[in-house]
Amino acid sequence: MMTFFYISAAVALISSVLAISRSNAVHALLYTIVSLLSVALIFFMLGAPFAAALEVVIYAGAIMVLFVFVIMMISSGPGSTEQERRWMNFRLWIGPSVFSAVLIMELFAVMSLPHEPMSAKPVIESKQVGIALMGPYMLGVELSSLLLTAGLVGAYHLGKRKDDASQTEDVTPHD
Amino acid sequence: MTSVPAEYGLILAALLFGIGLAGVLARRNIIFILLSIEIMLNAAGLAFISAGSKWGQADGQVMFIFILVMAAAEVSVGLAIVLQLFHRIRTVNSDEANTMRG
Repeated sequence: MMTFFYISAAVALISSVLAISRSNAVHALLYTIVSLLSVALIFFMLGAPFAAALEVVIYAGAIMVLFVFVIMMISSGPGSTEQERRWMNFRLWIGPSVFSAVLIMELFAVMSLPHEPMSAKPVIESKQVGIALMGPYMLGVELSSLLLTAGLVGAYHLGKRKDDASQTEDVTPHD
Repeated sequence: MTSVPAEYGLILAALLFGIGLAGVLARRNIIFILLSIEIMLNAAGLAFISAGSKWGQADGQVMFIFILVMAAAEVSVGLAIVLQLFHRIRTVNSDEANTMRG
């Protein structure tokens, strides 16, 4: 188990360093997704399968899709098709693919290990997490629903394009 | 089969947090800064999961879910601000956005 932990930790650290040091935003995004996947595998090894699933579904799925949308909206222009052709280059996604292949092989290896409940760490199932969420943490759940509503309204308000209202206001002198 | 000690998870969380902090401090592209913040929040979640796994309690995963909710709200508002900023000053360099109106 320790070997698997070391491999995932190495993949997480290397891909995080690569993610913050790339010059292209899409490459950084790919390496960030690999980093999140390796941390999800570490969650699985630490006995938190529900958190691992949430990490893959929400972090590596939903939040990274938001980043992809914004990068697409920002970099759309006359050179975007040529840029897309460059992104399809094989060398660009070979690094994240190799890391992801390492992670998926490791996942299969960890899942095929014989389960020994005496020596292994106790697995905290999603049922216990749900009971804790709906019991002593009820106020936190309500507060996070409020936070998500505020985030939704705020993102809608900020993302709304004010049609030339701000530009004309800037052009006209105030005094 | 020996299980992973919680201290190793905490050390990895600290290292990932340091990498994210270095990214926030070093990069000037706002999208990279948001990505680094995601790495830092993820490291915080890893610390909570490690601690919860050490004590065998579900509270660590509960706190991880709260961090997840907070990260989702933060990144949606942050990316909306990035889009608005890009429409105004046509760049994502955070050093360019150093003027205030008024």
